[in-house]
Amino acid sequence: MILELLNQFMPAEVAFYVELVIIAVVYLGVFALLGLFLVWMERRVAGFFQLRLGPNRRGPSGLFQTVADALKLVSKELTATEGRDKFLHGIAPYFVIVAALMALSLIPFSAELQAFDINLGVFFVTAVTSIEVVGIFLAGWASNNKYSLIGGMRSGIQMISYELSIGMTIVTMTVLAGTIQLSEIVEMQRGGWFIWTGHIPAFIGFMVFMIAGTAESNRTPFDLVEAESELGAGFHSEYSGMGFAYFFLAEFVNMFIISAMAVTLFFGGWLLPFEIGADIPFVGAIIFVVKTLSVVFLMMWFRWTFPRLRIDQLLTLEWKYLIPISMVNIVVMAILVWLGLTF
Amino acid sequence: MESIVFYIIALIMVTFAVMSVSSRNIMRSIVYLLFVMIGLSGVYFMLDFSFLGAVQLVVYAGGVIILYITSIMLIEKIGESMDKPKLLQQIIAAVITSLGAGVTLFAIYSYNFNMVADINNITTVEDVGFALLNYGENGYILPFEIISMLLLAAMVGAIVIAKSGKSTNSNELKN
Repeated sequence: MILELLNQFMPAEVAFYVELVIIAVVYLGVFALLGLFLVWMERRVAGFFQLRLGPNRRGPSGLFQTVADALKLVSKELTATEGRDKFLHGIAPYFVIVAALMALSLIPFSAELQAFDINLGVFFVTAVTSIEVVGIFLAGWASNNKYSLIGGMRSGIQMISYELSIGMTIVTMTVLAGTIQLSEIVEMQRGGWFIWTGHIPAFIGFMVFMIAGTAESNRTPFDLVEAESELGAGFHSEYSGMGFAYFFLAEFVNMFIISAMAVTLFFGGWLLPFEIGADIPFVGAIIFVVKTLSVVFLMMWFRWTFPRLRIDQLLTLEWKYLIPISMVNIVVMAILVWLGLTF
Repeated sequence: MESIVFYIIALIMVTFAVMSVSSRNIMRSIVYLLFVMIGLSGVYFMLDFSFLGAVQLVVYAGGVIILYITSIMLIEKIGESMDKPKLLQQIIAAVITSLGAGVTLFAIYSYNFNMVADINNITTVEDVGFALLNYGENGYILPFEIISMLLLAAMVGAIVIAKSGKSTNSNELKN
């Protein structure tokens, strides 16, 4: 669409690359704004749950507070520990942020608004996010700090374990959808959202997905990666200024990505029930963002409701409960699809 | 344009591969190896074998490298640089690697590559899935099943090895 616009006043070859650059810049902007908005939302929601106000001075409802915070972080002096591995310490945040950015490019905001509609879809998202663990490991190790190291190791164990049940849930929904291309998954839900058409296994799948997704994005109650009372700030204790900001942004954008995946897989992406207003362009994007933000709100709700798990409880939950449940769930879903018992 | 991108990726891969074996810090070697893996998956994506590229990312960049990192963290003295090898070792290594490189180059240049006529024939996930579970012609169900049996055997073996020796008190683990 942008391509057609550009083709009018420049040669096709140049227009193609200009389009790539424009999309990249737009996504970088969206990435930064999304991170800032989610941080603001987290603080307001936290305030709401604790019967206080939260940031409310800068801008309408304190909306510009996080912008000011980001500016403060950018202007801060970069400090670092002695004896750190300079190269690895410097490069670690980029693994995390690039992985999050690449995953964001696959999110189908609406039928028109998806940067990279590869037929691998969901599989590519999991592939890209699996790189993130490397960044966290390296950040923990290269900081030359025992708390960072423990945080990094915990995070590695946690993310690798919970990636499994996320993968299993995605397989379950793939059995129902018959495709793993994100835009096609949404199109398959025109007749009804998967959480309705897949009924019992889809609902179990959604619960497993939300638990595992919360763990995957290192949020409370699974935030023992950065358990403040034990580990300082965990793997990013030794980061200051922009390095810290990168990790922080990536964490919030990951939360958005997990929620967006949940919306795509279970709640019909950009579609409303009974196809209300389904084909008006760009309304889909608004619907999608609203849905995603409600799932994000659910994750923030978790944060202020459940106490933090111990590391052994965390691993027990994953290996003894979630993985068997999701494995059985795949079989149940396969049988339902085979017998045609889906709605 | 494609060839420019290819040469950039190839340059990055070769540089990091050399750095990976010549670095004296084992942790950095792993990270350089990770860059090589990512570069390789980039080549797959360039060839439109996106499934293979994503598998490369999951298995090598996301799996094997993390396995390396965790196992290296169990070694002592990870942060320090390793000693330089002896001269004799260096010579032997140089001879063996040049032999290996020679064999590979010979194999590449003596093989007659078939040019694929239809470049736009992209292998989709559906194709891969049908081929994997197909028991007719050009089906890969047998190797697929054998590999899954092999993985199961490896998993059972790992559990047996991990359980043998120390018999831990199960009550102790529970709390």
